[in-house]
Amino acid sequence: MPPTPAPTGPIRDVAVVAFAQTDHRRRTDELSEVEMLMPVLHQVLADTGLKTSDIGFTCSGSSDYLAGRAFSFTMALDGVGAWPPISESHVEMDGAWALYEAWVKILTGEADTALVYAYGKSSPGQVRDVLTRQLDPYYLAPLWPDSVSLAALQAQALIDAGDTDEPALAAVASRSRADAQSNPHAQLAGDIPSGDYLVHPLRTTDCPPISDGAAAVILAAGDRARELCSRPAWIRGIDHRIEAHGLGVRDLTDSPSTRLAAERAGAYEVALDTVELHAPFTSQEVVLRKALGLGDDITVNPSGGALAANPIMAAGLIRIGEAAARIHRGESDAALAHATSGPCLQQNLVAVLEGDPRE
Amino acid sequence: MSRQRASHKEPVAVVGIGQTAHVSARHDVSIAGLVREAAQRALADAELTWADIDAVVIGKAPDFFEGVMMPELYLADALGAVGKPMLRVHTAGSVGGSTALVAANLIAARVHGTVLTLAFEKQSESNAMWGLSLPIPFQQPLLAGAGGFFAPHVRAYMRRTGAPDHIGSLVAYKDRRNALKNPYAHLKDPTLTLDKIQSSPMLWDPIRYAETCPSSDGACAMILTDRAGAARAPHPPAWVHGGAMRSEPTLFAGKDFVSPQAGKDCAADVYHQAGITDPRRQIDAVEMYVPFSWYEPMWLENLGFAAEGEGWKLTESGVTELDGDLPVNPSGGVLSTNPIGASGMIRFAEAALQVRGRAGAHQIPDARTALGHAYGGGSQFFAMWVVGAERPGG
Repeated sequence: MPPTPAPTGPIRDVAVVAFAQTDHRRRTDELSEVEMLMPVLHQVLADTGLKTSDIGFTCSGSSDYLAGRAFSFTMALDGVGAWPPISESHVEMDGAWALYEAWVKILTGEADTALVYAYGKSSPGQVRDVLTRQLDPYYLAPLWPDSVSLAALQAQALIDAGDTDEPALAAVASRSRADAQSNPHAQLAGDIPSGDYLVHPLRTTDCPPISDGAAAVILAAGDRARELCSRPAWIRGIDHRIEAHGLGVRDLTDSPSTRLAAERAGAYEVALDTVELHAPFTSQEVVLRKALGLGDDITVNPSGGALAANPIMAAGLIRIGEAAARIHRGESDAALAHATSGPCLQQNLVAVLEGDPRE
Repeated sequence: MSRQRASHKEPVAVVGIGQTAHVSARHDVSIAGLVREAAQRALADAELTWADIDAVVIGKAPDFFEGVMMPELYLADALGAVGKPMLRVHTAGSVGGSTALVAANLIAARVHGTVLTLAFEKQSESNAMWGLSLPIPFQQPLLAGAGGFFAPHVRAYMRRTGAPDHIGSLVAYKDRRNALKNPYAHLKDPTLTLDKIQSSPMLWDPIRYAETCPSSDGACAMILTDRAGAARAPHPPAWVHGGAMRSEPTLFAGKDFVSPQAGKDCAADVYHQAGITDPRRQIDAVEMYVPFSWYEPMWLENLGFAAEGEGWKLTESGVTELDGDLPVNPSGGVLSTNPIGASGMIRFAEAALQVRGRAGAHQIPDARTALGHAYGGGSQFFAMWVVGAERPGG
């Protein structure tokens, strides 16, 4: 007889029990990052009735390159109120990965609750230029290929492969901004004229707005989650994968890392009704739909997605928060949330969230 | 949806350790080449291949130190991470320690079986001092690097404890001599004398040039695994008996910069996890983050090895020497080697080397329990682990 396989899958049930985000704006010159972050931290604490001292673990995501200074995240601790000292960590990644680290921490049993937050102010710099600094520093970054141009290469590859065309991309843009009309935090909503090409074949409407914004989430385990939230959004699975950095060695029309992360997160074992994709460009929604095998029967990006507001470093965490909030409100029973990082969807995270069965 | 809380974490073992030679400028390798060198040495130590690794957890200090934003994206290929999960930790100077703890938690939580964790800094790509010194509106300027920030706190320690002026130079002399026994250490001067240290230029009073850490290029990697992985390991593993992080704000009324509460709380947490009630007696070797020599006596007190005001006496009486009864930084420490983002992980890895009995010429005889310690920011981020030769829980 073969040995009994070791138990797989999460060893504790962990849920998103609260989510808050700022109203995302093109500029927030009057606010420091801490001042931008404070209201969302206070909101998730107020929503759960928790105090900073009740939180078992805190984890955040942000980037020094947006802030234009080293150790920019240290100031955010002032907003958290880390006194007495707290158990805390930070990733130089989108907040979705901070949530992942916090989920792991809760699984170890060392914490029952976690505060996760992320923020990004793109307004102080030229974000297209800034993002070139995350490319291979020896062979690629010296050429300053900007994020829109790289996304345009990907869009053209999709068109050449017959996966989409410009009217289909325009339809993604208009659907997203129409849906964003019911999202009070959205930066771009409603009927927006399609605009000129920014980088062919992408028009301004195919591209995300440049945003300043922040978001916060509270995670809790088991019965604690039920105490803090009437309908917790249980994390059924969460996984993330990275691909090669060189665009020349990747098939830009596909996202095998998203598909693998979705498999590992159990996305194909549940009947999803809602998907929040972190697709800053319309063409990237096409790639992700194809990679995940999404049909037209699933609601995609009811929040308007990153096309409605794209605070870099927080936009992925916001996808998880938006999906969880729909479960909290009873508008979804099973949702997939996705976050991305790097040029042309290099790194991807997938979380599968479920609500308890309704009475 | 009501499975019970796991009764126990999976024990975590360190089965592979690799470092680069640390020098002021590795012009012979790219950043990718640097990290790959450390990773391959760790794999060789564990007798594993890239295919055995389930996930990669990487850390480094601010991205401005190389001028690459989120460099892990570009390093995915070099670290064999393609198709795998890759996490990037950044918790200021404590990051090397925090990175190892994040990796250890992936195993403790049974998310993964075997994880590669790595931290690096290639300071020669840029200039760390000025990378730290960008003027930010409405914020207190750091002016010129970390020494200017820490010197007043050293002076406060001297005032508070009455420690004599020469203690700092004793630490530097000890650590730099220890470095002569460590093949990977950066600063090696066989002609060094105590007099040379005491006559070196004053940089930030009371910190002299010879009592300051160097700027290094280097990387450190570890392979962490579960019980099944440890059973297959070719060499004795180091077992993680406790790990913790603590943070407090940079500046606030009532902050004790000399002995921060976050450091005390972090130490209390790891000692509790490891069942340590008398660290001075129960810990055989300490690798602590001492970037300026005076931080040795300061951390001896903060970490509970000495009563308040007494830490400098341990240093002065030779207790922390390689052959003392509480050896501190047998590797030569941060004072001899400082690839900033990696410095914390080197502390953790050197502690593990000691309990594995694989520290070579700087091995402490019969070391069974060791502490790795890292700190960062304005003495506000702490990461520590206690490792032992025995598996926790027997």
